Amino acid sequence: MLNSFRLLALAALSLPVLAQSPTYHVGRAATPADIAARDITVGPDGTGLPAGEGTAAEGAVVYANRCEECHGPEGRGADQGGFIGKPADLLGDSPKKTVGSYWPYAAPLWGYVDRAMPFDRPGELTRDQVYSVVAYILHLNGLIGENDKLNAETLPKIQMPNRDGFVPDPRPDTP
Amino acid sequence: MPETKDEERSSRRTFMALTAAIGGLAACESGTEAPVAGGPRHLGSTISPYSERSKYETTTRFMPATKTPEQASSRTPLQELQGIITPSGLHFERHHAGIPDIDPVNHELLVHGLVDRPTIFTMDDLKRLPSVSVVRFVECSGNGGSEWTAPGSTTAQLAHGLASCSEWTGVPLRVVLEELGVQPEGRWIYAEGADACLMARSVPIEKAMDDALLAYAQNGDALRPAQGYPLRLLLPGYEGNTNVKWLHVIKVTDQPMMTRDETSKYTDLLPDGKARQFTFDLDAKSLITSPSGGQKIADLGFVEIRGLAWSGRGLIERVEVSVDGGETWADAELEGPLHPKAFTRFRLPWHWDGSTAVLLSRATDETGYLQPTVDQLIEARGKNSNYHNNSQKSWTIAADGSVSNA
Ligand code: HEC
Repeated sequence: MLNSFRLLALAALSLPVLAQSPTYHVGRAATPADIAARDITVGPDGTGLPAGEGTAAEGAVVYANRCEECHGPEGRGADQGGFIGKPADLLGDSPKKTVGSYWPYAAPLWGYVDRAMPFDRPGELTRDQVYSVVAYILHLNGLIGENDKLNAETLPKIQMPNRDGFVPDPRPDTP
Repeated sequence: MPETKDEERSSRRTFMALTAAIGGLAACESGTEAPVAGGPRHLGSTISPYSERSKYETTTRFMPATKTPEQASSRTPLQELQGIITPSGLHFERHHAGIPDIDPVNHELLVHGLVDRPTIFTMDDLKRLPSVSVVRFVECSGNGGSEWTAPGSTTAQLAHGLASCSEWTGVPLRVVLEELGVQPEGRWIYAEGADACLMARSVPIEKAMDDALLAYAQNGDALRPAQGYPLRLLLPGYEGNTNVKWLHVIKVTDQPMMTRDETSKYTDLLPDGKARQFTFDLDAKSLITSPSGGQKIADLGFVEIRGLAWSGRGLIERVEVSVDGGETWADAELEGPLHPKAFTRFRLPWHWDGSTAVLLSRATDETGYLQPTVDQLIEARGKNSNYHNNSQKSWTIAADGSVSNA
């Protein structure tokens, strides 16, 4: 109500049409450079993945130095969860959700490690280091070889075992 | 109320005569000429720029032991609070990488992606836009997660304290998106926070254009840092994690980004190994806050049963209370004004005769949905879905009046 009233009032004043924010004339245009500097999204299809490259062999070193203290040796879990598994781990009374058992897409794993890990200093790793440590986690799950090069082209092609593991929300689901 | 001036005068006279008589009596008994009302008295403390609560009030959020307090949650003491508004300092917290220290002068919101006019807003820019204030709850979908298999937590706070309710003020996201022009392929928004882990979620464009709010104030004041200062996304009725705090980027996209918190977390695992994804809505729930676990009924006789109900799908229409473990039910009174997707206070007078009793409540919302039992939820989802436990909650009253979670 109020909004449409204000819109009408503004229209009645016949303000000139402005390039930005036509009705309220607030904010400033975001330039492609502004957007490039802030946009870190990585889509499930790999859009947004930056240049860079790494292998599991290189990632093992990154992992030992910056991940192992919390996630345990060879991704087996410690204070924080491990990364290795297969969809069958999701069955039974104590299911285990891991990168190997649960994550539906590979590219967002890059996006997550890039933005959020290592937990105590996120943003510390170079792009190559993120590619290599992600390669290491995928290799631990038997999804790529130790010397396969992971980059913006190869990463999205990796089919995660639980790719088809998700269903839409059917609720309400009780009588 | 007296009808006329005369009556008023006469009733006032009677009252004064009575007080004089009592006063006289007291003076007679003590046998001294006591100063009026026990003086002389010390002056109180002075005016101050910001009020703290009374030093006699000590209720706090509950913080579980954790090795990563930056990646943790604290719980609202629901059983200690009155009405429907959670004081800002007691609003539950859930952070994934700590609370950032943000100077609002430097904070900006970039809105881009599938829009005609990508724009950067300062906080001053945003506050100039048409704003609204609404009373809405926020609840973590993990709330009640400890109650799937057996009643585990001892108090209302421990069992269901990952829910709070505030008056939020902000700009409808629709206003901004209409201003920027969403392109036809824009089906989702991606919202990202400025915390250390740049926490992010994808939300359907329908919700963004419906009641989503770019909230900058909480209970009349600026947002608390723990609630996203200076800017958070408020998605009324959607699971807490989607209400991205410290909001600094919104990107309109053609598909969800499949972030970690919408795949690995906040998805509901079923017995066949499949998981429900994008389970946004928080279904109707209710909880008796008094008498509740850890409390003790002081004496036989009158007890006002008090509680809270809420639904992510709209208004609470009805709350029923049982004092015999669900055999029979009585309608509780709902205290107005009622707000959709907000805490709703309910009350029911009761006479406790000293026998053991099992109290529970069940809410119905405006869609006709009735809050289920935990058995009904397990029947539909198994025991591993973790999130979205909105089942009926019972409290057991022992003969000595003590209340426990059983
Ligand atoms: C100081 C401890 C710590 C270190 C070091 C650390 N992590 Fe983590 N990691 C965490 C915590 C805590 C979480 C859970 C975060 C949350 O839930 O928000 C986590 C979560 C993750 C997850 C998500 C798991 C899932 O299935 O959802 C991945 C992947 C991950 N870390 C990878 C890494 C990698 C790779 C490194 C090294 C570059 C690393 N972590 C270093 C503490 C750590």
